[in-house]
Amino acid sequence: MSEYSIINTRAPRLDAPDKATGRATFIDDLNMPGMLFGAILQSPLAHAKILNIDTSRAKKLPGVKAVVTAEEAGLVKYGVSPARYDETLYCHEKVRYVGDEIAAVAAVDLETALEAVSLIRVDYDDLPALFTIEEAMVEGAPALHEGFPQNICAEVHQEFGDVEAAFNECDLVRTDKFISKRQDAAFIEPHGCIADYDLSGHLTLHTSTQVPHYVMRTVAMVMGLPVGDVRVVKPYVGGGFGPKAEATPLEMSACILSMKTVRPVKMNYTREQVFLHSRARHQFIHTMTTGVKKDGTLMALKNECYLDGGAYTSFGIATVYYAGSLLGGPYKLPNMKYDGWRIYTNKPVCGAQRGHGGVAARAAWEHQLDIIAEELGMDPIELRLKNVMVAGDTTCNELNMSSLGMKECVEAVRQGSKWNAKRGKMPRGKGIGMACGFFVSGAGYPIYRSDTYHSTVLIKLSEDGGTVNVYTGSAEIGQGSDTTMAMIAAEALGVRLDDVRVASGDTEFGVDLGAYSSRQTLMTGHATKEAAEDVKRQVLEVLSEKLNTPVDGIDIKDGLIIFKSKDVDFSAIRARYIKEHRGWSDLPRGNDLTFREAARTAYLARGSIVGTGKYKPPELGGKYKGAAVGTSPAYGCSAQVVEVTVDMETGKITVDKMTDAHDCGFAINRTSVEGQMQGSLCMGLGEAMFEEVKFDEDGRILNANLGEYKIPTALDMPNVEAIIVESNEPNGPFGAKEVGEGAIIPTIPAILNAVYDATGVRINELPLTPERVYMALKAKVEKGDTRD
Amino acid sequence: MKRLITLTVNDKKYEVAVEPNMTLVDLLRYELGLTGTKKGCEVGDCGSCTVIMDGNPVNSCLVLAVQANGRDILTIEGLETDEGLHPVQQAFVDKGAIQCGFCTSGMILSAKNLLDRNAKPDEAEVRMAISGNLCRCTGYQKIVEAIKSASGWREGSGKSHE
Ligand code: FES
Ligand code: FES
Repeated sequence: MSEYSIINTRAPRLDAPDKATGRATFIDDLNMPGMLFGAILQSPLAHAKILNIDTSRAKKLPGVKAVVTAEEAGLVKYGVSPARYDETLYCHEKVRYVGDEIAAVAAVDLETALEAVSLIRVDYDDLPALFTIEEAMVEGAPALHEGFPQNICAEVHQEFGDVEAAFNECDLVRTDKFISKRQDAAFIEPHGCIADYDLSGHLTLHTSTQVPHYVMRTVAMVMGLPVGDVRVVKPYVGGGFGPKAEATPLEMSACILSMKTVRPVKMNYTREQVFLHSRARHQFIHTMTTGVKKDGTLMALKNECYLDGGAYTSFGIATVYYAGSLLGGPYKLPNMKYDGWRIYTNKPVCGAQRGHGGVAARAAWEHQLDIIAEELGMDPIELRLKNVMVAGDTTCNELNMSSLGMKECVEAVRQGSKWNAKRGKMPRGKGIGMACGFFVSGAGYPIYRSDTYHSTVLIKLSEDGGTVNVYTGSAEIGQGSDTTMAMIAAEALGVRLDDVRVASGDTEFGVDLGAYSSRQTLMTGHATKEAAEDVKRQVLEVLSEKLNTPVDGIDIKDGLIIFKSKDVDFSAIRARYIKEHRGWSDLPRGNDLTFREAARTAYLARGSIVGTGKYKPPELGGKYKGAAVGTSPAYGCSAQVVEVTVDMETGKITVDKMTDAHDCGFAINRTSVEGQMQGSLCMGLGEAMFEEVKFDEDGRILNANLGEYKIPTALDMPNVEAIIVESNEPNGPFGAKEVGEGAIIPTIPAILNAVYDATGVRINELPLTPERVYMALKAKVEKGDTRD
Repeated sequence: MKRLITLTVNDKKYEVAVEPNMTLVDLLRYELGLTGTKKGCEVGDCGSCTVIMDGNPVNSCLVLAVQANGRDILTIEGLETDEGLHPVQQAFVDKGAIQCGFCTSGMILSAKNLLDRNAKPDEAEVRMAISGNLCRCTGYQKIVEAIKSASGWREGSGKSHE
């Protein structure tokens, strides 16, 4: 039995009834009086000089209220990392990918706006376009951005320990190459927003974002407004998974159009534009060399990675660092060398997506570890257990595992999947594979250099004491953070979950860096807990004064006041409460003083009872260049076992069963934890099996729709046995840490390893389409290799 | 040229003048204010715009408003009764089948339609019935569990829900 009343249960989500009935408002469900509609002109060419932009016909079209280009919007550089602001809202000298933004229009309706966009005439002079890493890196290749020869957007060179020396001591050293593909987050709700600039100079932006705070800052900077004049409000958001974690040209276009017209402006991306805006998973090409001892002891890893970044930087600097740093654990690895290059190409921009930077790296390495286990004659699980880190360990790149149930996760999936009974005993065409992984529980540092709090939370009691209002800037994007915060607040304060209301996703409510890097449960959770404890202290102080009983003799539990001493007389409080609420039907009764009465008493004594909480991680990580990326106050980890059937004639893979154990610290909401696990595995399955954004020879996306860009349906995804492993994270609120991204990390390699077990064929390139698998099976037969 | 059509939505009769190229989803969302029906792609790929038309689930982004003339439409807003949530809605709430909620309206309508035709579907039938509804958040498992449990509820209660 848990000592808690609310956390660690399966409380239904607070927003579920509204979402189940269609009441929950998403951005496109909102309208405003006098609202205009905006549309964007995007480049049809991948790389070209802009010679001239003529907007005169668009401006003359009846119903058009504003047309903006770089001339009106200015050339303020922005992006994600301040170190690499390389975008302007609209292109001026040249366009760099099919989809690059050139102009925007606001008109009385969408049809008129789209027609106006089609009337804007742009004269281009074609430039040679670079679509692959190889082309872009050629010495003397045309530069997408001045000052970046060979189109190297960012490079990383790190060495911890001495890799070459360690290789010399190894019994087995092998090198493998792994190629993943560009992917799309494919959230079901396309981006949308409404900007509303008023005559007093305030700009309010309603937008489907993961990060109201960062959007507020970027919008303020680009529009030239003080932060205090920009408010970003997030309605319900239909999924984000990374690409909604930065300010978009859509949002900024709506803002500038609203400022020009002083009317609300609504804008949406179409599904095709979601693909064009992208900011999703990069393509990674990893070459890994790993050295081990005969007994399986991991000695060294040399990791070389090239990322196809697209035309701008977005999150890419963090991505290229993560592709190295997230291999520091969860195994004891004394020596690690990483060389990474992110390359500009004339394609839509890649950014952050669930498991940021760590997914392909993990797939490459865990796949290689499986090969190594086989060469050593070891069970893959034994190889991992041999090297697994435990709580208290620090990686060679100085990430501290303050809690780590990695071993427990491995044991749990071994048991849960009946690994020992199945491994090596399955018929040809059927296979079982496993992999592990870990992930940050909130980035240790904000994206811009700052001592800012990562989260501030405010809790205000209603004056009758009946309702606990939590105000947070954090972003509910489907993961369930509002419910998590309500549960944390209720538990910390001692009230019932029904008494708590959460208002979130609004920059007026406080600072919160938002929903990325799996940070909110830990960071917003800390601030929420602290605010609730602050409120509790204030209420108890007043009670103590009024009832003449020491503060530490009073507690609050399940909405009732618990007195240590039996003879506290609260009848005067009750009598007054009842008198003040003559005519109400739900007056307090019973032998216990209720929280409502106590909170009312506190209000009468002190005015509005407001508690505040804040969180910022301590200084984390090493001192080397890039040491910040990968730091976190805590790390979640997981192990997965996947079972597959491969049709040896056609190459078609069916994933039959998945077993996942995840260490999320202490689970706040068990149903939500499982939901994150199942959802992560589903996305990982899609990325392993079908997902690839494809281009034609002119840099246009061939499959910018959810019919041809295939994500898993209910028929592709098997049931997951989701095992929650609970370590108690010392740096987490109530011991909690992440689950939202870490759970995707082992999925791809577990599938790859299962496919090998089923077929005897190693496939080093994603996705595992029937064609690719079929060709690999065929190549094996042709080589005369009949080993199963 | 606008055309006048009449249709029934959630048991309520409407007479509306619509442009010939207006889709049913836009009619529902922007003319009738029934924003519970979502738009994830507008080309028939995602199922978030699923409504029930004359007893069959359709992607309302692929149906022109004029094609809905004389038809009977059920949207997510029409599922609740005075007694509260429809059992499928309640099961989605209870089983944690909702994350972002953007696919939810369409999922629930596909599920309800399945249970109307087949009171005791097996898991394969449940998965087939929602295979046109994409969900990027849940991995489908809790949705499938919810639908199965809602079918159990129907058996136990003996009530029928059309
Ligand atoms: S919006 Fe109709 S199927 Fe996607
Ligand atoms: S709950 Fe988000 S798409 Fe299904």
